[in-house]
Amino acid sequence: MAIKRETPEVNAGSMADIAFLLLIFFLVTTTLETDAGLSRKLPTTNDPSKIKERNLFRVNLNGSNQLLVEGQVLDIKDLREEAIAFLDNGRLYSGDGYCSYCKGNRDDLSSDNPQKAIISLSNTRETNYGHYITVQNELVGAYNALRNREAMRIYRVSYEDLMADYEDGKLSQEDKAVFKAKIEKIRELFPKNLSEAELNSK
Amino acid sequence: MYIMRKNKNKLPQVSTASLPDIVFILLFFFMTVTVMKNNALLVENTLPNAQEIEKLDKQDRVIDVVVGPPVKKYKSVLGSESRIQLNGNFAGVNEVGFHVFSELKKMPEQLQKVAIVSLKIDKRTQMGIVNDIKEELKEIGALKINYTTFEGDALSNLP
Repeated sequence: MAIKRETPEVNAGSMADIAFLLLIFFLVTTTLETDAGLSRKLPTTNDPSKIKERNLFRVNLNGSNQLLVEGQVLDIKDLREEAIAFLDNGRLYSGDGYCSYCKGNRDDLSSDNPQKAIISLSNTRETNYGHYITVQNELVGAYNALRNREAMRIYRVSYEDLMADYEDGKLSQEDKAVFKAKIEKIRELFPKNLSEAELNSK
Repeated sequence: MYIMRKNKNKLPQVSTASLPDIVFILLFFFMTVTVMKNNALLVENTLPNAQEIEKLDKQDRVIDVVVGPPVKKYKSVLGSESRIQLNGNFAGVNEVGFHVFSELKKMPEQLQKVAIVSLKIDKRTQMGIVNDIKEELKEIGALKINYTTFEGDALSNLP
């Protein structure tokens, strides 16, 4: 009887299967989770620069979650419209700071132009965060609505689509620059002057 | 010559010997990409809803600050008032600045400028603690923030 001296080789055929199992495990556990939310930029200082009262849109959310807009109680559902009316007002009829694209009422007691218009959002310590986010959402929505309108007018494409295409990452270097310029242009027309600090007017 | 003649009308089998190697490369890729986040939340974290949201798709520049009422386990000790959680530990408001700053310094330099602080705040929280956090962030110059929310009807946040 022949005696086997060599130990038999380990069969490596199942290696692929094992690796596949591990691979599938990591595939499943990998959650390329993307958070989303309202991006804001905090002000560096509370600059007491001279802001005229008519250029200030005061939104106050009190401890019992009631909304006070320009000194009057308002339902949150109407906030977006009010904010749009304020930003789009364009009080000046001519001269420096005349807003040619504004479609508002050109009310004397409301903002001069979108560049000067500032929304000031204040709250108390007791305000509920959910309400606060709803208000923020409505205000950001007002800006986005106006930006969409202008983007549609100038470029025949909505601001949101512009942003989506820009962030898609499928653009060539030159296209990216073009998109960036377009976005900056729209942002200039309606800058997001949304302050979270209490502002004082002149 | 002899071998060639023998195999003339048979195609040689495709070798599958390299298959494990290919799979292993894929495996290593996913292993390195997977971030096993310390997701043990000590606080309840039901985010509010919003529609006008922007995505934070690059996770390498995001610093999380989680706020919410403590989970059941800690409720008897800490009460139901909202607390701050930083990296798996409860923290006080005055620790937020230091935490964000040290996280910021861990990032490569080019990311430090574009870093975003993601505020994951439970919708039942009161704004007092949020204001305090914002003050802390202002102090260390982390000005880009994101109120992280779910996508949905913002008006549903109202009771």
